[in-house]
Amino acid sequence: MKSRRDFLKEAATGAVLLGSKGAFALTGAPPDEHEGAAKSKVVIARDPTLHGQGTQPNEQRLINLLDRAMATYTRRDHPVDAWKHIVAMGQAQDKVIGLKVNGLGSKGIATHNSLIMAVAERLQQAGVKAGNILVWDQNNHFLEACGMTVNTDPSRIRCYPSDVAGFEDQESSWGVARIRITKILTRECAMVINLPILKDHSMAGVTFALKNMYGVVDRPSTLHADNCNPAVADLNAIPVFREKIRLTIGDAMSSVYEGGPGFHPEHLWYPNALIVGEDRVAIDHTAWGLLEKQRAAVGMPTLEAAGRPPRYIATAADPAHKLGTNDPKRITLVQV
Amino acid sequence: MLAPWKNSMRTALVIASLALTMTPGCKKKDVNPFPASGAIAGWQKTDATRVFEAKDLWQYIDGDAEHFIQAGVVSTATSDYTHNGQLEAVVDVHTMSGADGARKILETGLTQDAQKVQLGDEGVQYAQSVSFRKGAYVVRIVAYQATPDGAQALLALAHGVEARLQSTSRRSK
Repeated sequence: MKSRRDFLKEAATGAVLLGSKGAFALTGAPPDEHEGAAKSKVVIARDPTLHGQGTQPNEQRLINLLDRAMATYTRRDHPVDAWKHIVAMGQAQDKVIGLKVNGLGSKGIATHNSLIMAVAERLQQAGVKAGNILVWDQNNHFLEACGMTVNTDPSRIRCYPSDVAGFEDQESSWGVARIRITKILTRECAMVINLPILKDHSMAGVTFALKNMYGVVDRPSTLHADNCNPAVADLNAIPVFREKIRLTIGDAMSSVYEGGPGFHPEHLWYPNALIVGEDRVAIDHTAWGLLEKQRAAVGMPTLEAAGRPPRYIATAADPAHKLGTNDPKRITLVQV
Repeated sequence: MLAPWKNSMRTALVIASLALTMTPGCKKKDVNPFPASGAIAGWQKTDATRVFEAKDLWQYIDGDAEHFIQAGVVSTATSDYTHNGQLEAVVDVHTMSGADGARKILETGLTQDAQKVQLGDEGVQYAQSVSFRKGAYVVRIVAYQATPDGAQALLALAHGVEARLQSTSRRSK
């Protein structure tokens, strides 16, 4: 439920989108594909007490945080209404909705299982059949890191990795990206909800919303040259990514600000946040700022000084890619 | 669409190829650096060892793999452990082409709060991790949880791995 205080905060930051074309709720299309001054909305929902004294988030507090984030993003007070709207706008009623998670960093820094299950639960409450929810990542070990086990039983939430589902025989290409895409994305899913986890990345600088798509292709290792630029942008410019990755609910409950994408507990940090939006460029730009702020707080150099600025974010926003915006003036940042 | 047999076949191939892929340079050594369950007090080995050759390392640590390849990694072996059923940890043993590469990997990302420990040629410890190098090997043990006795437990496991690498080195001379 959105409180009066939250509403006032949203209004104060210019987030009331009456008549805007930028929100998923109204258009479902990337902002740069529209004329005019449409803004991309990014919601950061935080709960400083999310983790309490433990290393895992409190599940009830997480559900509350997710509901708050989604209510703010969709401007719907009831969580189920928010999710019904997301499904309807994605035209995914009675179709398969993929949840692309990220377990590459091992169970120490993987998309939290409690977030995956909370999203799956809310989707079911919004009328999506369990078997039409498909949780996936690059391989089985990454799924295990997210606390998931392989399941193909259509009466339950399904879960299996890209490499088991298989890849398209035909290569897809855009710029430097020449890869084969998992059939989970090309054939199974009508819509994908992107559930990355925020991390430092030894090559890309930051891995979050856009970079998470490396787990969807057969040879991600071919996409790492030059700090993953322009490969991240090129990959995401392939039409099936542009069309089906509709919403990102970024897991920034815990993160590593150095040493990523692997798990380095000495660099673990708890932003206690979820970052929601459709515009993955705007989300990554925002998340990059959070990561830099944390690095500065612990006396670490900027990613630029460390030799790995995430330049792919600007590339993704350029006129050739038009995947979204990294211009702060065109991002409506709502913090609740 | 799903082929569960692929996983079991892959595991079998990985185990069968362990001795070969853990070979730095051209010398063949029968290396198994992973202590068996119960060999170190409280520690249980909880899954099969997986081994990744340099060209396949991206399947395990995509994004980090390039750094290891640039430093001359030959292969990486990994296995999960638990301590008294509470603390979960992963042991990674990287076999480099030489000691220089091992030094380079160990020194990458070290911070001032790393505590030096007597392990191998050089060892460091944080609250939830222990790393050391020995010859061409770099070992990193990381715990997924923070527990009061976790650091000591990790150190004991690290000594167990070190001892197995040491006995292997002696046999190969």
